[in-house]
Amino acid sequence: MTVLAVRQDGPGTTTVPGPRRRLLGLVIALVVLVVLLVLSVMIGSTSIPPSVVWDALVHSSTGIDQVAVQDYRLPRTIVGLVVGVALGLSGALIQALTRNPLADPGILGVHAGASFAVTVAVGLLGVSDVQGYMWFAFAGALVVTLMVLALGSTRQGSSPVVMVLAGVCVGAVLGGAREALQLTDPDAFDAMRSWNAGSIGGRPLEVVWPILPFLAVALVLAFVVAGPLNAMALGDELAVSHGVSLARTRVLAIIALTLLAGGATAIAGPIAFVGLMVPHVARWIAGPHQRWIFAYSVLLAPGLLLVSDILGRVVLRPGEIPVGVVTAFVGAPVLIALVRRKKASGL
Amino acid sequence: MTTPTRLQVESATIGYDKRVISRDLSVAIPDESFTVIVGPNACGKSTLLRGLSRLLRPSAGQVVLDGADINSFRTKEVARRVGLLPQTSIAPDGITVADLVARGRYPYHGFMRQWTADDERAVRNAMDAAAVTGLSSRLVDELSGGQRQRVWVAMALAQHTDILLLDEPTTFLDITHQIELLELFTDLNQAGRTLVAVLHDLNHAARFGTHLIAMKDGRIVAEGTPEKIVTAELVEEVFGLRCLVVADPVAGTPHVVPLGRDRSR
Repeated sequence: MTVLAVRQDGPGTTTVPGPRRRLLGLVIALVVLVVLLVLSVMIGSTSIPPSVVWDALVHSSTGIDQVAVQDYRLPRTIVGLVVGVALGLSGALIQALTRNPLADPGILGVHAGASFAVTVAVGLLGVSDVQGYMWFAFAGALVVTLMVLALGSTRQGSSPVVMVLAGVCVGAVLGGAREALQLTDPDAFDAMRSWNAGSIGGRPLEVVWPILPFLAVALVLAFVVAGPLNAMALGDELAVSHGVSLARTRVLAIIALTLLAGGATAIAGPIAFVGLMVPHVARWIAGPHQRWIFAYSVLLAPGLLLVSDILGRVVLRPGEIPVGVVTAFVGAPVLIALVRRKKASGL
Repeated sequence: MTTPTRLQVESATIGYDKRVISRDLSVAIPDESFTVIVGPNACGKSTLLRGLSRLLRPSAGQVVLDGADINSFRTKEVARRVGLLPQTSIAPDGITVADLVARGRYPYHGFMRQWTADDERAVRNAMDAAAVTGLSSRLVDELSGGQRQRVWVAMALAQHTDILLLDEPTTFLDITHQIELLELFTDLNQAGRTLVAVLHDLNHAARFGTHLIAMKDGRIVAEGTPEKIVTAELVEEVFGLRCLVVADPVAGTPHVVPLGRDRSR
């Protein structure tokens, strides 16, 4: 509830993250994100002096280092920002919706759907570049999520538990089918390898622009359902007695999180842990208020993604580790530390 | 019967999916009463409360609020007139008492509407009424069962409805906290609120309720003041329990004393 931020005194000011501390934290998170965006452009597998980086950003020079910055590091940073925002927010949405702190967009079959569609595109239709198969990934994510939603809806309305189980089942079936397809023609799927591991490198910005409108719609939807999700956090019965339409809220939240997770997966491939972990950090800082959790997730997730990506670029220089591999290594210890530290990151 | 009523059930069939609990049920909640619904387990008393609170939609007939079908109102409009304290609610981890009570203001907020002085006043009054003001900055997880239930009551009060439905509000509390809570309900009732509670304890119902509804197998067996309807015959009919009804030595209300197995007189 943003409304709480307006309260300056009275019972609203508490020992647990008060509105002011929450706002201050948000500003700090924003500053950190900006710093990381700068670092992401400055640091790479080859060393390029800051002056050259600056030169490349403001002029369109043609030196080899300048081109590296313009065509490689800058797009990569922007991709990281967009994908991070989408993953963080989709994770916060699914956890709020299912009231399950271990939920992640993957459990609704988003990753499985995207991977399967990409496999079909690459293996059977001969699509070979990212711009080609990202639409398959997006469509696959949307279709499979809708399927899971349909399977998870009983006559009495949709229940998060049934939905999650349906997601796991559909995911397993599609995962098996995908593996079978890939075994038939290993060479054709080499191109998919970096997509499958989850990477934000090597994607031209043309991959990002078409996805942006979807993400913008989802962002607005997320903040619209934040209030009703706050009410639903108190239990379905209380939410109904407060005037929340459960069905409408669930549908809008699922549309938003599917667009977000599907879009991110289409661009970068399946990246684990960001959507799972970031909302925990957000709740730990912001307390149980969905708008704040969403806002923090939006700022913290790209931060985590960029840190992981920068690490992936420098630890094996001149080689690189895909960001999807690093996020697991960075994310897991942090998540364990957080859940052991305080119950407050639960739901 | 011409008692004024804002909330009533008109020949409604209420149940879950295909399982009908109550068929052709009609009952009115007298305004400004503390109505208590009593009956054995699975008699349909919680179902009736869920019907009144719009959690269950009748498959036939209707629930009427202020002269119109309750389902014809906008959901938030209903939420400004009828509040509910469900049997089980979830307090999000890490939420403070003040923040939880403030959630009761949800029906008054749109997407853009900000927190106002009205909201602030409603929250403060609700916390005063439920005597939880001293706890306002505490975490709900850290409170005792009795304190926590008062906080939920405060949240329901912050919703500022004339009618408040309470689903087994005293369950899981020790006797002191049960009585404390029931006295709070009596205060709220005397301040002009209409309360409808499902209670398990017949003696509590008779002592604190001003109007009782006795149910069995989804039907209403009797309704009226405790003095009028709580008789040994009714208790035996509704609960299948042989008992003696005496006057409560303190309040003078009917008090049920079970005869038990070996004391048939």
